[in-house]
Amino acid sequence: MGLTIIEKILSEHSGKQVKAGDIVVAGLDFIMGQDGTSPLAIKAFEEMNGEAVFDKDKIALVIDHSSPSPNDGVSALHKMMRDFVKSKGVHLYDIGEGVCHQVVPESGKVGPGSLVIGADSHTCTYGALNAFSTGVGSTDLAGGLISGQMWFKVPETLKFVCNGQLQAGVYSKDLILYLIGNITADGATYMAAEYTGEAISNISMDARFTISNMAIEMGAKAGLMEADEKTFNWLKQFTSESFEKVEADTDASYYNIKEYDVSSLEPQVAMPHTVDNVSPVSQVSGTPVNQAVLGTCTNGRLEDLRIAASILKGRKVNPDVRFIVAPASKNIYLQAMQEGTLQELIEAGAAVVTPGCGPCVGTHNGVPSNGENVISTANRNFKGRMGNSSAYIHLASPATVAASALVGKITDPREFIK
Amino acid sequence: MKLEGNTHKFGKDVNTDYIISGKYKFKTLDMRELAKHVMEDLDTDFYNKITAGDFIVGESNFGCGSSREQAPLAIKYANIGAVIAKSFARIFYRNAINTGLPVVECDTDNIDAGDILKVDLETGSILNKTKNETIQAKPLPDVMIKILKDGGLAPHFRKHGGFNL
Ligand code: SF4
Repeated sequence: MGLTIIEKILSEHSGKQVKAGDIVVAGLDFIMGQDGTSPLAIKAFEEMNGEAVFDKDKIALVIDHSSPSPNDGVSALHKMMRDFVKSKGVHLYDIGEGVCHQVVPESGKVGPGSLVIGADSHTCTYGALNAFSTGVGSTDLAGGLISGQMWFKVPETLKFVCNGQLQAGVYSKDLILYLIGNITADGATYMAAEYTGEAISNISMDARFTISNMAIEMGAKAGLMEADEKTFNWLKQFTSESFEKVEADTDASYYNIKEYDVSSLEPQVAMPHTVDNVSPVSQVSGTPVNQAVLGTCTNGRLEDLRIAASILKGRKVNPDVRFIVAPASKNIYLQAMQEGTLQELIEAGAAVVTPGCGPCVGTHNGVPSNGENVISTANRNFKGRMGNSSAYIHLASPATVAASALVGKITDPREFIK
Repeated sequence: MKLEGNTHKFGKDVNTDYIISGKYKFKTLDMRELAKHVMEDLDTDFYNKITAGDFIVGESNFGCGSSREQAPLAIKYANIGAVIAKSFARIFYRNAINTGLPVVECDTDNIDAGDILKVDLETGSILNKTKNETIQAKPLPDVMIKILKDGGLAPHFRKHGGFNL
Protein backbone atom coordinates (compact mmCIF):
# COMPACT_ATOMS: atom_id res chain seq x y z
CA MET A 1 0.00 0.00 0.00
CA GLY A 2 1.34 3.42 -0.94
CA LEU A 3 1.70 6.51 1.17
CA THR A 4 0.07 9.95 1.20
CA ILE A 5 2.12 13.15 1.18
CA ILE A 6 1.82 13.56 4.92
CA GLU A 7 2.72 9.94 5.66
CA LYS A 8 5.86 10.42 3.59
CA ILE A 9 6.87 13.63 5.31
CA LEU A 10 6.30 12.18 8.78
CA SER A 11 8.15 8.97 7.88
CA GLU A 12 11.11 11.01 6.65
CA HIS A 13 11.19 13.10 9.84
CA SER A 14 10.69 10.30 12.34
CA GLY A 15 13.15 7.89 10.78
CA LYS A 16 10.67 5.06 10.29
CA GLN A 17 7.82 4.26 7.97
CA VAL A 18 4.57 5.47 9.47
CA LYS A 19 0.91 5.14 8.53
CA ALA A 20 -2.20 7.07 9.49
CA GLY A 21 -3.04 6.42 13.14
CA ASP A 22 0.56 5.99 14.36
CA ILE A 23 1.86 8.35 17.02
CA VAL A 24 5.43 9.48 16.46
CA VAL A 25 7.99 11.96 17.74
CA ALA A 26 9.39 13.76 14.69
CA GLY A 27 12.16 16.29 14.05
CA LEU A 28 11.17 19.82 13.00
CA ASP A 29 12.59 21.92 10.16
CA PHE A 30 11.14 25.23 11.25
CA ILE A 31 9.25 26.72 14.19
CA MET A 32 7.24 29.94 14.35
CA GLY A 33 5.54 31.82 17.15
CA GLN A 34 3.55 35.07 17.04
CA ASP A 35 2.81 37.72 19.64
CA GLY A 36 -0.46 36.15 20.78
CA THR A 37 1.18 32.80 21.56
CA SER A 38 4.90 33.37 22.11
CA PRO A 39 4.70 35.04 25.53
CA LEU A 40 2.97 31.97 26.97
CA ALA A 41 5.49 29.77 25.17
CA ILE A 42 8.35 31.70 26.74
CA LYS A 43 6.72 31.11 30.11
CA ALA A 44 6.40 27.39 29.30
CA PHE A 45 10.02 27.36 28.04
CA GLU A 46 11.08 28.54 31.48
CA GLU A 47 8.81 26.07 33.26
CA MET A 48 10.47 23.34 31.20
CA ASN A 49 13.86 24.53 32.46
CA GLY A 50 14.78 25.43 28.88
CA GLU A 51 18.12 27.15 28.40
CA ALA A 52 19.24 27.22 24.78
CA VAL A 53 17.00 26.75 21.74
CA PHE A 54 17.70 23.66 19.62
CA ASP A 55 18.75 25.64 16.51
CA LYS A 56 18.40 29.40 16.33
CA ASP A 57 18.35 29.42 12.52
CA LYS A 58 15.22 27.29 12.40
CA ILE A 59 13.09 29.57 14.52
CA ALA A 60 11.31 32.86 13.95
CA LEU A 61 9.12 34.89 16.23
CA VAL A 62 6.76 37.42 14.68
CA ILE A 63 5.02 40.47 16.16
CA ASP A 64 1.99 40.80 13.93
CA HIS A 65 -1.25 40.35 15.86
CA SER A 66 -1.21 43.61 17.82
CA SER A 67 1.41 45.48 15.95
CA PRO A 68 2.39 48.22 16.76
CA SER A 69 1.25 47.72 20.32
CA PRO A 70 -2.13 49.30 21.17
CA ASN A 71 -1.67 49.35 24.97
CA ASP A 72 0.78 48.84 27.81
CA GLY A 73 -0.29 45.23 28.48
CA VAL A 74 0.60 44.21 24.94
CA SER A 75 3.80 46.29 25.07
CA ALA A 76 4.98 44.26 28.06
CA LEU A 77 4.38 41.01 26.15
CA HIS A 78 6.21 42.35 23.08
CA LYS A 79 9.12 43.33 25.27
CA MET A 80 9.19 39.83 26.70
CA MET A 81 9.56 38.49 23.13
CA ARG A 82 12.27 41.00 22.24
CA ASP A 83 14.23 40.08 25.35
CA PHE A 84 13.85 36.39 24.60
CA VAL A 85 15.10 36.59 20.99
CA LYS A 86 18.07 38.67 22.06
CA SER A 87 19.14 36.22 24.71
CA LYS A 88 18.66 33.19 22.43
CA GLY A 89 19.93 34.66 19.16
CA VAL A 90 16.63 33.94 17.40
CA HIS A 91 15.28 36.08 14.55
CA LEU A 92 12.36 38.39 15.32
CA TYR A 93 10.11 39.92 12.70
CA ASP A 94 9.14 43.04 14.58
CA ILE A 95 6.32 45.50 13.87
CA GLY A 96 5.73 46.29 10.23
CA GLU A 97 7.37 43.18 8.78
CA GLY A 98 4.06 41.47 8.13
CA VAL A 99 1.80 38.55 9.03
CA CYS A 100 3.59 35.44 10.27
CA HIS A 101 2.11 33.31 7.47
CA GLN A 102 3.55 35.58 4.82
CA VAL A 103 6.95 36.31 6.34
CA VAL A 104 7.69 32.63 7.03
CA PRO A 105 7.24 31.55 3.39
CA GLU A 106 9.15 34.66 2.29
CA SER A 107 12.05 33.60 4.54
CA GLY A 108 12.75 30.79 2.07
CA LYS A 109 13.23 28.35 4.93
CA VAL A 110 10.11 26.32 4.25
CA GLY A 111 9.58 24.31 1.09
CA PRO A 112 8.50 20.95 -0.28
CA GLY A 113 8.94 18.20 2.30
CA SER A 114 9.51 20.53 5.26
CA LEU A 115 7.97 19.76 8.63
CA VAL A 116 6.92 22.96 10.37
CA ILE A 117 5.02 23.89 13.50
CA GLY A 118 3.75 27.34 14.29
CA ALA A 119 1.93 28.56 17.33
CA ASP A 120 -0.91 29.89 15.22
CA SER A 121 -3.78 27.89 13.83
CA HIS A 122 -3.29 29.09 10.26
CA THR A 123 0.20 27.62 10.06
CA CYS A 124 -1.40 25.13 7.66
CA THR A 125 -0.87 27.89 5.04
CA TYR A 126 2.57 26.55 4.02
CA GLY A 127 0.91 23.35 2.78
CA ALA A 128 0.67 25.28 -0.49
CA LEU A 129 4.47 24.83 -0.66
CA ASN A 130 4.11 21.05 -0.35
CA ALA A 131 5.22 21.26 3.29
CA PHE A 132 3.52 19.70 6.28
CA SER A 133 2.97 22.67 8.55
CA THR A 134 0.51 22.75 11.36
CA GLY A 135 -0.73 24.97 14.15
CA VAL A 136 0.08 24.16 17.76
CA GLY A 137 -0.25 25.85 21.11
CA SER A 138 2.33 27.57 23.24
CA THR A 139 3.41 24.50 25.21
CA ASP A 140 4.11 22.51 22.04
CA LEU A 141 6.01 25.52 20.76
CA ALA A 142 8.13 25.61 23.90
CA GLY A 143 8.83 21.87 23.66
CA GLY A 144 9.84 22.39 20.03
CA LEU A 145 12.13 25.30 20.83
CA ILE A 146 14.01 23.16 23.33
CA SER A 147 14.05 19.78 21.61
CA GLY A 148 13.46 20.49 17.90
CA GLN A 149 10.80 17.80 18.07
CA MET A 150 7.10 17.30 18.56
CA TRP A 151 4.75 14.33 18.95
CA PHE A 152 2.32 13.83 16.09
CA LYS A 153 -0.56 11.56 15.40
CA VAL A 154 -0.25 10.69 11.72
CA PRO A 155 -3.54 11.86 10.23
CA GLU A 156 -5.66 10.29 7.56
CA THR A 157 -5.96 12.30 4.38
CA LEU A 158 -9.06 13.71 2.76
CA LYS A 159 -8.39 14.44 -0.88
CA PHE A 160 -10.13 17.22 -2.79
CA VAL A 161 -9.89 16.87 -6.55
CA CYS A 162 -10.86 20.20 -8.11
CA ASN A 163 -11.52 19.89 -11.82
CA GLY A 164 -12.40 22.60 -14.31
CA GLN A 165 -11.51 26.24 -14.51
CA LEU A 166 -12.63 29.12 -12.29
CA GLN A 167 -14.57 31.75 -14.22
CA ALA A 168 -13.52 35.40 -14.41
CA GLY A 169 -14.43 37.11 -11.13
CA VAL A 170 -14.28 33.84 -9.20
CA TYR A 171 -11.15 33.17 -7.15
CA SER A 172 -9.46 30.64 -4.94
CA LYS A 173 -11.16 32.23 -1.94
CA ASP A 174 -14.54 31.41 -3.43
CA LEU A 175 -13.41 27.86 -4.02
CA ILE A 176 -12.18 27.28 -0.47
CA LEU A 177 -15.29 28.91 1.02
CA TYR A 178 -17.38 26.62 -1.13
CA LEU A 179 -15.42 23.53 -0.02
CA ILE A 180 -15.74 24.49 3.66
CA GLY A 181 -19.48 25.08 3.26
CA ASN A 182 -19.71 21.73 1.56
CA ILE A 183 -17.87 19.61 4.10
CA THR A 184 -18.57 21.86 7.18
CA ALA A 185 -16.46 23.34 9.95
CA ASP A 186 -15.48 19.96 11.38
CA GLY A 187 -15.66 17.88 8.20
CA ALA A 188 -11.92 17.26 8.18
CA THR A 189 -11.11 17.28 11.90
CA TYR A 190 -7.84 15.46 12.73
CA MET A 191 -7.25 14.93 9.00
CA ALA A 192 -4.89 16.29 6.41
CA ALA A 193 -6.53 17.88 3.39
CA GLU A 194 -4.80 17.29 0.05
CA TYR A 195 -5.91 19.63 -2.75
CA THR A 196 -5.28 18.59 -6.30
CA GLY A 197 -6.69 18.84 -9.81
CA GLU A 198 -6.40 21.27 -12.69
CA ALA A 199 -8.20 24.08 -10.84
CA ILE A 200 -5.31 24.01 -8.34
CA SER A 201 -2.50 23.69 -10.87
CA ASN A 202 -3.94 26.55 -12.92
CA ILE A 203 -3.84 29.15 -10.15
CA SER A 204 -0.93 31.20 -8.85
CA MET A 205 0.99 30.56 -5.65
CA ASP A 206 -0.70 33.60 -4.06
CA ALA A 207 -4.06 32.00 -4.80
CA ARG A 208 -2.92 28.60 -3.53
CA PHE A 209 -1.84 29.99 -0.16
CA THR A 210 -5.43 31.19 0.36
CA ILE A 211 -6.72 27.66 -0.02
CA SER A 212 -4.16 26.01 2.25
CA ASN A 213 -4.62 28.82 4.80
CA MET A 214 -8.25 27.88 5.36
CA ALA A 215 -7.78 24.12 5.78
CA ILE A 216 -8.12 24.66 9.53
CA GLU A 217 -11.60 26.09 8.98
CA MET A 218 -12.77 22.57 8.21
CA GLY A 219 -10.83 21.25 11.17
CA ALA A 220 -7.89 19.92 9.15
CA LYS A 221 -4.39 19.58 10.51
CA ALA A 222 -2.79 20.42 7.18
CA GLY A 223 -3.77 21.68 3.74
CA LEU A 224 -1.30 20.09 1.38
CA MET A 225 -0.66 20.61 -2.30
CA GLU A 226 1.74 19.02 -4.74
CA ALA A 227 4.79 20.97 -5.81
CA ASP A 228 5.13 22.03 -9.44
CA GLU A 229 7.06 24.56 -11.46
CA LYS A 230 5.09 27.42 -9.94
CA THR A 231 6.08 26.27 -6.45
CA PHE A 232 9.78 26.14 -7.31
CA ASN A 233 9.74 29.44 -9.21
CA TRP A 234 8.04 31.12 -6.29
CA LEU A 235 10.64 29.76 -3.86
CA LYS A 236 13.51 30.90 -6.09
CA GLN A 237 12.65 34.51 -5.28
CA PHE A 238 13.56 33.89 -1.67
CA THR A 239 16.14 31.12 -1.48
CA SER A 240 18.73 29.24 -3.45
CA GLU A 241 18.24 26.15 -1.35
CA SER A 242 16.92 23.18 -3.25
CA PHE A 243 13.93 21.18 -2.09
CA GLU A 244 12.65 17.86 -3.31
CA LYS A 245 8.96 17.52 -3.98
CA VAL A 246 6.89 14.95 -2.12
CA GLU A 247 4.22 13.18 -4.11
CA ALA A 248 1.53 10.82 -2.92
CA ASP A 249 1.83 7.26 -4.24
CA THR A 250 -0.82 6.36 -6.78
CA ASP A 251 -2.01 3.57 -4.50
CA ALA A 252 -2.02 5.71 -1.35
CA SER A 253 -4.98 5.16 0.89
CA TYR A 254 -7.34 8.04 1.60
CA TYR A 255 -10.08 8.56 4.13
CA ASN A 256 -12.15 9.87 1.25
CA ILE A 257 -11.71 11.43 -2.18
CA LYS A 258 -14.10 14.24 -3.07
CA GLU A 259 -14.38 15.46 -6.66
CA TYR A 260 -15.62 18.89 -7.66
CA ASP A 261 -16.10 20.72 -10.92
CA VAL A 262 -15.40 24.39 -10.25
CA SER A 263 -16.39 25.69 -13.70
CA SER A 264 -19.82 26.95 -12.71
CA LEU A 265 -18.87 28.15 -9.23
CA GLU A 266 -20.01 31.68 -8.46
CA PRO A 267 -18.48 34.05 -5.89
CA GLN A 268 -19.21 32.87 -2.34
CA VAL A 269 -19.80 34.66 0.95
CA ALA A 270 -19.51 33.15 4.45
CA MET A 271 -22.30 34.71 6.47
CA PRO A 272 -22.12 35.40 10.23
CA HIS A 273 -21.10 33.72 12.54
CA THR A 274 -19.50 30.56 11.19
CA VAL A 275 -17.15 30.02 8.28
CA ASP A 276 -19.20 27.15 6.90
CA ASN A 277 -22.34 29.29 6.68
CA VAL A 278 -21.63 29.88 3.00
CA SER A 279 -23.96 31.28 0.34
CA PRO A 280 -23.46 32.20 -3.30
CA VAL A 281 -23.15 35.98 -3.55
CA SER A 282 -26.35 36.21 -5.60
CA GLN A 283 -28.36 35.06 -2.58
CA VAL A 284 -26.95 37.61 -0.17
CA SER A 285 -26.17 40.64 -2.31
CA GLY A 286 -27.74 43.87 -1.14
CA THR A 287 -26.79 43.42 2.53
CA PRO A 288 -25.48 46.84 3.65
CA VAL A 289 -21.79 47.07 4.57
CA ASN A 290 -20.21 49.45 7.11
CA GLN A 291 -16.63 48.26 6.96
CA ALA A 292 -14.64 46.41 4.31
CA VAL A 293 -11.30 44.77 5.08
CA LEU A 294 -8.72 43.72 2.51
CA GLY A 295 -5.75 41.87 3.94
CA THR A 296 -4.82 39.15 6.49
CA CYS A 297 -2.86 35.95 6.01
CA THR A 298 -5.69 34.71 3.79
CA ASN A 299 -5.86 37.47 1.21
CA GLY A 300 -3.33 40.24 1.80
CA ARG A 301 -0.95 39.22 -0.97
CA LEU A 302 0.06 41.21 -4.02
CA GLU A 303 -2.37 39.45 -6.32
CA ASP A 304 -5.20 40.21 -3.87
CA LEU A 305 -4.34 43.91 -3.73
CA ARG A 306 -4.15 44.00 -7.53
CA ILE A 307 -7.55 42.34 -7.92
CA ALA A 308 -9.14 44.87 -5.57
CA ALA A 309 -7.36 47.77 -7.27
CA SER A 310 -8.52 46.63 -10.69
CA ILE A 311 -12.10 47.11 -9.48
CA LEU A 312 -11.53 50.30 -7.50
CA LYS A 313 -9.19 52.15 -9.81
CA GLY A 314 -10.55 55.58 -10.68
CA ARG A 315 -13.59 55.06 -8.44
CA LYS A 316 -14.45 55.96 -4.85
CA VAL A 317 -15.67 53.59 -2.19
CA ASN A 318 -19.12 54.33 -0.80
CA PRO A 319 -18.89 57.19 1.74
CA ASP A 320 -20.65 55.03 4.35
CA VAL A 321 -17.97 52.33 4.15
CA ARG A 322 -14.66 52.35 6.01
CA PHE A 323 -12.22 50.54 3.76
CA ILE A 324 -9.18 49.14 5.59
CA VAL A 325 -6.23 47.61 3.76
CA ALA A 326 -3.45 45.63 5.46
CA PRO A 327 -0.75 44.31 3.13
CA ALA A 328 0.43 40.89 4.33
CA SER A 329 4.10 41.85 4.41
CA LYS A 330 6.49 44.75 4.00
CA ASN A 331 7.72 43.13 0.83
CA ILE A 332 4.20 43.16 -0.60
CA TYR A 333 3.60 46.68 0.68
CA LEU A 334 6.68 47.93 -1.16
CA GLN A 335 5.83 46.16 -4.39
CA ALA A 336 2.25 47.43 -4.28
CA MET A 337 3.61 50.90 -3.69
CA GLN A 338 6.16 50.78 -6.47
CA GLU A 339 3.75 49.52 -9.09
CA GLY A 340 1.00 52.00 -8.13
CA THR A 341 -1.52 49.49 -6.80
CA LEU A 342 -1.44 51.02 -3.36
CA GLN A 343 -1.98 54.48 -4.75
CA GLU A 344 -5.05 53.31 -6.62
CA LEU A 345 -6.45 51.79 -3.44
CA ILE A 346 -5.72 54.88 -1.37
CA GLU A 347 -7.22 57.18 -3.97
CA ALA A 348 -10.33 55.02 -3.92
CA GLY A 349 -10.60 55.61 -0.17
CA ALA A 350 -8.48 52.94 1.52
CA ALA A 351 -7.02 53.47 4.97
CA VAL A 352 -3.79 51.47 4.80
CA VAL A 353 -2.57 50.02 8.11
CA THR A 354 0.72 48.43 9.15
CA PRO A 355 1.53 45.11 7.43
CA GLY A 356 0.38 42.46 9.87
CA CYS A 357 -2.94 41.04 11.02
CA GLY A 358 -4.73 44.38 10.79
CA PRO A 359 -8.23 44.32 12.28
CA CYS A 360 -8.61 40.53 11.79
CA VAL A 361 -8.54 39.47 15.41
CA GLY A 362 -10.04 42.49 17.12
CA THR A 363 -7.05 43.89 18.95
CA HIS A 364 -6.80 47.16 17.03
CA ASN A 365 -6.99 48.78 13.60
CA GLY A 366 -10.75 48.90 13.11
CA VAL A 367 -13.09 47.36 15.66
CA PRO A 368 -16.65 47.55 14.30
CA SER A 369 -19.54 49.06 16.27
CA ASN A 370 -22.66 47.29 17.54
CA GLY A 371 -24.90 45.96 14.82
CA GLU A 372 -22.47 46.84 12.02
CA ASN A 373 -21.79 44.64 9.03
CA VAL A 374 -18.23 43.93 7.99
CA ILE A 375 -17.11 42.25 4.80
CA SER A 376 -13.59 40.94 5.04
CA THR A 377 -11.09 38.84 3.13
CA ALA A 378 -10.08 37.13 6.38
CA ASN A 379 -10.66 33.51 7.30
CA ARG A 380 -12.87 33.75 10.40
CA ASN A 381 -16.19 35.41 11.12
CA PHE A 382 -16.86 34.14 14.62
CA LYS A 383 -18.95 36.33 16.86
CA GLY A 384 -16.63 38.79 18.57
CA ARG A 385 -13.73 37.95 16.28
CA MET A 386 -13.05 41.55 15.33
CA GLY A 387 -13.43 42.78 18.90
CA ASN A 388 -17.19 43.30 19.07
CA SER A 389 -19.57 40.41 19.58
CA SER A 390 -22.48 42.55 18.37
CA ALA A 391 -21.01 43.02 14.89
CA TYR A 392 -21.62 40.80 11.86
CA ILE A 393 -18.66 39.56 9.85
CA HIS A 394 -18.94 38.29 6.28
CA LEU A 395 -16.05 36.63 4.47
CA ALA A 396 -15.40 36.89 0.76
CA SER A 397 -12.76 37.27 -1.94
CA PRO A 398 -10.80 40.49 -2.46
CA ALA A 399 -12.93 41.17 -5.55
CA THR A 400 -16.22 40.78 -3.67
CA VAL A 401 -14.89 42.92 -0.81
CA ALA A 402 -13.79 45.65 -3.24
CA ALA A 403 -17.08 45.62 -5.15
CA SER A 404 -19.04 45.69 -1.88
CA ALA A 405 -16.97 48.60 -0.57
CA LEU A 406 -17.72 50.48 -3.76
CA VAL A 407 -21.46 49.93 -3.69
CA GLY A 408 -21.92 49.97 0.10
CA LYS A 409 -23.72 46.63 -0.10
CA ILE A 410 -22.62 43.06 -0.66
CA THR A 411 -22.13 42.96 -4.41
CA ASP A 412 -21.23 40.40 -7.05
CA PRO A 413 -17.81 41.54 -8.33
CA ARG A 414 -18.51 40.21 -11.80
CA GLU A 415 -20.54 43.38 -12.39
CA PHE A 416 -17.19 45.20 -12.46
CA ILE A 417 -15.14 42.68 -14.34
CA LYS A 418 -15.22 42.73 -18.10
CA MET B 1 -8.18 10.09 38.90
CA LYS B 2 -11.89 10.58 39.57
CA LEU B 3 -13.80 13.83 39.16
CA GLU B 4 -17.26 14.80 40.24
CA GLY B 5 -19.27 17.91 39.49
CA ASN B 6 -22.18 19.71 37.98
CA THR B 7 -22.79 20.11 34.23
CA HIS B 8 -22.75 23.34 32.23
CA LYS B 9 -24.02 22.52 28.78
CA PHE B 10 -22.98 24.24 25.55
CA GLY B 11 -23.75 23.55 21.90
CA LYS B 12 -21.63 22.52 18.94
CA ASP B 13 -18.67 24.40 17.42
CA VAL B 14 -17.80 26.28 20.62
CA ASN B 15 -14.80 28.15 19.26
CA THR B 16 -11.77 29.59 21.01
CA ASP B 17 -13.04 33.14 20.47
CA TYR B 18 -16.07 32.22 22.59
CA ILE B 19 -13.96 30.48 25.21
CA ILE B 20 -11.75 33.52 25.58
CA SER B 21 -12.14 36.53 23.34
CA GLY B 22 -9.06 37.78 21.47
CA LYS B 23 -9.53 41.19 23.01
CA TYR B 24 -8.50 39.79 26.41
CA LYS B 25 -5.97 37.20 25.43
CA PHE B 26 -3.50 39.66 24.00
CA LYS B 27 -3.44 41.78 27.12
CA THR B 28 -2.10 39.58 29.85
CA LEU B 29 -0.55 36.31 30.91
CA ASP B 30 -2.54 36.35 34.13
CA MET B 31 -4.74 33.29 33.64
CA ARG B 32 -6.83 34.03 36.73
CA GLU B 33 -7.79 37.34 35.17
CA LEU B 34 -8.54 35.72 31.79
CA ALA B 35 -10.61 33.04 33.50
CA LYS B 36 -13.13 35.67 34.61
CA HIS B 37 -14.07 36.17 30.96
CA VAL B 38 -14.37 32.52 30.03
CA MET B 39 -17.34 31.85 27.69
CA GLU B 40 -18.39 35.46 28.15
CA ASP B 41 -19.76 35.92 24.62
CA LEU B 42 -22.05 32.90 25.06
CA ASP B 43 -23.07 33.51 28.67
CA THR B 44 -22.12 36.89 30.14
CA ASP B 45 -22.16 35.73 33.74
CA PHE B 46 -20.70 32.26 33.21
CA TYR B 47 -17.64 32.63 35.44
CA ASN B 48 -19.80 33.37 38.47
CA LYS B 49 -21.90 30.27 37.90
CA ILE B 50 -18.97 27.87 38.26
CA THR B 51 -18.36 25.79 41.36
CA ALA B 52 -14.89 24.24 41.48
CA GLY B 53 -14.86 20.87 39.76
CA ASP B 54 -17.84 21.53 37.47
CA PHE B 55 -17.79 20.21 33.92
CA ILE B 56 -18.22 21.99 30.65
CA VAL B 57 -20.13 19.67 28.35
CA GLY B 58 -20.23 20.45 24.65
CA GLU B 59 -21.38 18.78 21.48
CA SER B 60 -19.19 18.31 18.41
CA ASN B 61 -16.06 20.26 17.41
CA PHE B 62 -15.43 21.82 20.81
CA GLY B 63 -12.57 24.34 20.83
CA CYS B 64 -12.40 24.99 17.10
CA GLY B 65 -10.64 28.10 15.87
CA SER B 66 -7.39 29.51 17.06
CA SER B 67 -4.38 27.83 18.61
CA ARG B 68 -4.56 30.02 21.68
CA GLU B 69 -3.59 28.00 24.69
CA GLN B 70 -5.32 30.66 26.72
CA ALA B 71 -8.53 28.78 25.82
CA PRO B 72 -7.87 25.57 27.80
CA LEU B 73 -5.98 27.57 30.42
CA ALA B 74 -8.87 29.99 30.97
CA ILE B 75 -11.15 26.98 31.45
CA LYS B 76 -8.69 25.32 33.80
CA TYR B 77 -8.18 28.47 35.86
CA ALA B 78 -11.95 28.97 36.04
CA ASN B 79 -11.81 25.74 38.10
CA ILE B 80 -13.54 23.53 35.55
CA GLY B 81 -12.63 19.90 36.24
CA ALA B 82 -12.82 18.62 32.67
CA VAL B 83 -14.36 19.32 29.30
CA ILE B 84 -16.57 16.58 27.92
CA ALA B 85 -17.66 16.73 24.28
CA LYS B 86 -18.66 14.58 21.35
CA SER B 87 -15.54 15.67 19.51
CA PHE B 88 -12.83 18.27 19.89
CA ALA B 89 -10.95 20.45 17.46
CA ARG B 90 -7.45 19.07 17.11
CA ILE B 91 -5.37 21.95 18.45
CA PHE B 92 -7.61 22.53 21.44
CA TYR B 93 -7.41 18.84 22.31
CA ARG B 94 -3.59 18.86 22.12
CA ASN B 95 -3.37 22.07 24.12
CA ALA B 96 -5.68 20.75 26.81
CA ILE B 97 -3.53 17.63 27.27
CA ASN B 98 -0.32 19.67 27.16
CA THR B 99 -1.58 22.06 29.84
CA GLY B 100 -3.10 19.32 32.00
CA LEU B 101 -6.82 20.02 31.43
CA PRO B 102 -8.63 16.67 31.14
CA VAL B 103 -10.71 16.25 27.98
CA VAL B 104 -13.14 13.41 27.50
CA GLU B 105 -14.68 12.40 24.19
CA CYS B 106 -18.06 10.67 24.30
CA ASP B 107 -21.71 10.96 23.30
CA THR B 108 -23.09 13.93 25.23
CA ASP B 109 -26.64 13.98 23.82
CA ASN B 110 -28.13 12.65 27.02
CA ILE B 111 -26.23 14.92 29.39
CA ASP B 112 -28.18 18.02 30.39
CA ALA B 113 -27.34 21.20 32.25
CA GLY B 114 -27.40 20.52 35.98
CA ASP B 115 -26.66 16.79 35.75
CA ILE B 116 -24.16 15.57 38.32
CA LEU B 117 -21.44 13.50 36.69
CA LYS B 118 -18.74 11.26 38.06
CA VAL B 119 -15.87 10.80 35.62
CA ASP B 120 -13.13 8.21 35.84
CA LEU B 121 -10.35 9.48 33.59
CA GLU B 122 -8.37 6.23 33.57
CA THR B 123 -11.20 3.99 32.43
CA GLY B 124 -13.18 6.60 30.49
CA SER B 125 -16.33 5.67 32.35
CA ILE B 126 -18.79 8.46 33.09
CA LEU B 127 -21.59 8.00 35.59
CA ASN B 128 -24.49 10.42 35.24
CA LYS B 129 -25.72 10.35 38.83
CA THR B 130 -28.76 12.47 38.09
CA LYS B 131 -29.98 10.10 35.39
CA ASN B 132 -28.34 6.98 36.81
CA GLU B 133 -26.71 6.16 33.46
CA THR B 134 -23.21 5.17 32.51
CA ILE B 135 -21.53 6.44 29.35
CA GLN B 136 -18.32 4.93 28.03
CA ALA B 137 -15.82 7.45 26.61
CA LYS B 138 -13.04 6.75 24.09
CA PRO B 139 -9.91 5.77 26.01
CA LEU B 140 -6.99 8.19 25.69
CA PRO B 141 -3.90 7.00 23.76
CA ASP B 142 -0.92 6.05 25.95
CA VAL B 143 1.15 9.02 24.88
CA MET B 144 -1.48 11.42 26.20
CA ILE B 145 -1.95 9.52 29.44
CA LYS B 146 1.78 9.78 30.05
CA ILE B 147 1.69 13.56 29.52
CA LEU B 148 -1.42 14.00 31.69
CA LYS B 149 0.07 11.84 34.44
CA ASP B 150 3.13 14.08 34.53
CA GLY B 151 0.75 17.05 34.87
CA GLY B 152 1.23 18.39 31.33
CA LEU B 153 4.09 18.77 28.87
CA ALA B 154 6.06 21.31 30.90
CA PRO B 155 6.37 19.06 33.96
CA HIS B 156 7.05 16.16 31.56
CA PHE B 157 10.02 18.06 30.12
CA ARG B 158 11.21 19.07 33.59
CA LYS B 159 11.13 15.47 34.67
CA HIS B 160 12.68 13.87 31.59
CA GLY B 161 14.63 16.74 30.00
CA GLY B 162 12.73 16.24 26.72
CA PHE B 163 10.25 13.84 25.17
CA ASN B 164 10.03 10.47 26.84
CA LEU B 165 6.93 8.96 25.27
S1 SF4 C 1 -4.25 37.67 9.84
FE1 SF4 C 1 -5.87 36.95 11.17
S2 SF4 C 1 -6.01 34.76 10.82
FE2 SF4 C 1 -4.06 35.46 9.97
S3 SF4 C 1 -2.55 35.12 11.57
FE3 SF4 C 1 -3.31 37.21 11.79
S4 SF4 C 1 -5.02 37.09 13.24
FE4 SF4 C 1 -4.59 35.02 12.52
